[in-house]
Amino acid sequence: MSLDPQAVLAILAMALATYLTRVGGLWLLKLANVKGRTRAALDAVPPAVLMAVIAPTVFATGPAETIASAITLAAAFRLPLLAAVAIGVASVVVLRMLLG
Amino acid sequence: MSARKEFAAGAAAISPVLAAAVPIALLFGTLSVSKGLSVAETALMSMTVFAGALQFVAIDLWGDPAPLGLLAFTALVVNIRHVLMGASLGRSLGGFSPVQKYAGMFLLTDEGWAFAEQRARRGTLTPAFYFGSGLALWLTWNTGTLAGALLGASMGDPAAFGFDFAFTAVFIAILTGFWSNWRTGAVLLASGAVSALVKLAVPGAWYIMAGAAAGIVVAAVLHAQDDTPDETDRLMPS
Repeated sequence: MSLDPQAVLAILAMALATYLTRVGGLWLLKLANVKGRTRAALDAVPPAVLMAVIAPTVFATGPAETIASAITLAAAFRLPLLAAVAIGVASVVVLRMLLG
Repeated sequence: MSARKEFAAGAAAISPVLAAAVPIALLFGTLSVSKGLSVAETALMSMTVFAGALQFVAIDLWGDPAPLGLLAFTALVVNIRHVLMGASLGRSLGGFSPVQKYAGMFLLTDEGWAFAEQRARRGTLTPAFYFGSGLALWLTWNTGTLAGALLGASMGDPAAFGFDFAFTAVFIAILTGFWSNWRTGAVLLASGAVSALVKLAVPGAWYIMAGAAAGIVVAAVLHAQDDTPDETDRLMPS
């Protein structure tokens, strides 16, 4: 177990920068008048961010990931979350074996 | 519901994510030690930074001496999506005291935030529910990181078991809950297409901001005054 001072400082700088991004939204909200078009834009943040996070895996990694994503989506409309995730993970394993 | 039940409900809601987080946390701990960070430094990073995507990028950039400025700047870029997420979630924190808000934001993650937004859309997001899910993930992430760091390089490749796909599958399942009408489809199409293209064309984590921005712009452009959402009451400021 050892702690290098420079490493600790770098980690704490990352922690501070990350915390600023986490509370930054609360400060911005106070400036925003949450109505109409702004409201529609803010409502779109959760799906837009989630989609942006997964899009490279879903569309630009390989056919196994793309097909497994479609299977997961179909399962998620009918089954509980954990079951849909299990089906998605199992299907990606099988598809990677089949598609190389 | 009592606070204790809400806390348990939060932890239960996020439990599929916990199962998915364990192998990722083990992998992070293992990789971090192999990149030259000590077990204590690895544990400190998971405890104070608590942001999976950034932590993997950070150990990739790691060196001796640690590039402090580069790491701090990268933290801002990779996590800038938190600003959007916080601004969105902030509207649902009416029942939180200021201390709960600022402590709660420390626990903000993609996963915890998605479940909090989902909870708020179905009813009321209580501090107990939020901290139940957030602390459960924090404990899991840190336990897994420490175990991975101590185990060292004996772990196999998580891709062989499909675990690397688990987070994508969780997000797809959560996304289905955000569907309301064709505008949602347009937002997802814009966000997904721009994100995938930027990921292919630009190195780094810009694809998340670019994709999210495209989806948000489409939502604002398509906005119609007659399109009255059904959760107006929860948006009243406290």
